[in-house]
Amino acid sequence: MATVSVCQYHRGGFSFENCKRNALLEADINKLGFSSPAARKTGTTICGVVYKDGVVLGADTRATEGMVVADKNCSKIHYISPNVYCCGAGTAADTEMTTQIISSNLELHSLSTGRLPRVATANRMLKQMLFRYQGYIGAALVLGGVDSTGPQLYSIYPHGSTDKLPYVTMGSGSLAAMAVFEDRYRPNMEEEEAKRLVRDAIAAGIFNDLGSGSNIDLCVITKGKVDYLRPHDVANKKGVREDKINGRPETGNYRYKHGTTGVLTKAVTHLNLEVVEESVQTMDTT
Amino acid sequence: MHFTVVFSGLSGVCDRLRQARVRTPAAGSFSNVVSVKMATVLQFPASVSTFNNYNDLYPDWTQREVSTGTTIMAVEFEGGVVIGADSRTTTGAYIANRVTDKLTPIHERIFCCRSGSAADTQAIADAVTYQLGFHSIELDEAPLVQTAASLFREMCYRYREELMAGIIVAGWDPRRGGQVYTVPVGGMMTRQPVSVGGSGSSYIYGYVDSNYRAGMSKEECLKFTAEALTLAMERDGSSGGVVRLAVISEQGVERQVILGNQLPKFSTV
Repeated sequence: MATVSVCQYHRGGFSFENCKRNALLEADINKLGFSSPAARKTGTTICGVVYKDGVVLGADTRATEGMVVADKNCSKIHYISPNVYCCGAGTAADTEMTTQIISSNLELHSLSTGRLPRVATANRMLKQMLFRYQGYIGAALVLGGVDSTGPQLYSIYPHGSTDKLPYVTMGSGSLAAMAVFEDRYRPNMEEEEAKRLVRDAIAAGIFNDLGSGSNIDLCVITKGKVDYLRPHDVANKKGVREDKINGRPETGNYRYKHGTTGVLTKAVTHLNLEVVEESVQTMDTT
Repeated sequence: MHFTVVFSGLSGVCDRLRQARVRTPAAGSFSNVVSVKMATVLQFPASVSTFNNYNDLYPDWTQREVSTGTTIMAVEFEGGVVIGADSRTTTGAYIANRVTDKLTPIHERIFCCRSGSAADTQAIADAVTYQLGFHSIELDEAPLVQTAASLFREMCYRYREELMAGIIVAGWDPRRGGQVYTVPVGGMMTRQPVSVGGSGSSYIYGYVDSNYRAGMSKEECLKFTAEALTLAMERDGSSGGVVRLAVISEQGVERQVILGNQLPKFSTV
């Protein structure tokens, strides 16, 4: 039987040559009091539910870089194949690239078999790749789709373990979303009810988890049809600045109106000043 | 069982690796696990440290590996085997899956009970399923349970440093009837009439040793397994959910689930 061969010369793929150097650099930077740049993570709430005719996948749209929001409207529901979509939590680059690689391989596989790809195939490919990298690819995924065997939903963890379940949540907001699911999930729901449930679960993540926010994206997959609803719900509308209502240009006007502070007494003292010297310095405004 | 190692000044960085890989050394062998982990930490701190800088935003369980905390058990009887497991998979303190099926079919009449790292055991089980299926087609007959156990042992021993997997292989074959083989962490393989495994097994060794009798019937074995698993689930935090049972015999496989409210009741429980 084929066993792992250690003696192969690897072209492409990951190269860990710089890790030692990075470790030393990081130590030096920390000594100076700075912190090294963090990988952009999708803090995230993602979830999925199997209903009567298919699956509904949901995701928030906030991508964070440390404590700062890097992208207020990023897309976390990735295309795998016409009937299979995948939500990604964890490191943004990892989820993006992993889903693209598997999507590409699955298309080739589908051309080779002459059939629509199965969700279980995508699951196998993803889990085998993630296990090969022993958890260093920080991709936690919710994979859902409809194929000839029916609607299926999988949760895939960064180390390569998978669970096939009727409802799953992942990401930092997964506890909040799971609380909603555990309360209101029923088998064989109708489409509207399922969409409402997923929307509410993501909203729970958005409002109760700091790593999740902005809008709610939904993806409804049924036999032969995919509804990619982006955004399904703008849960956090940006406030309108005061001046825009009055039609004034950009800078916000934060002045108090005249008369806000009542004037009790007024005393005017004239200062008699003589101009002694006058000098002009021109600013270079080219 | 987890062996917690704290390196002064590096405890945060080691945290993730500690949970993923460190384990108790097999009896009688000296393990260099500690030195291996030190080397790995120095090599890959860049990827690990980013997780620990943002503890407020990303709670502990988003960075932990998924583990089947587990209690698993298998008993031989005349004509087959009874296997059982709990249904809890944890990432740290969060239960990632409360209805896990840890009884994985490897072949028509051979199952394995998985404990340890979920990713490792799933990957090993998939690989052995493929190997055994291929072997069975070559032979054109049902494979032996011992063959399946040997394949597990080969993999678990060869990659013992990288894996965290405790597996019980059980099934029925025409040559030797019902058999239970245990392949614990480290890669040993031995046949036992009754075997328990996983973090919850520590709490039921006494119960199993005192209540097992040779020559029990199928129903007695089912009752024995269900009660043992219930007791373990009550005491072990990493085990819980429902009890999944399966009977493997010449007739085939019968599976059953005992839900939480139907579990046997004990006076202190």
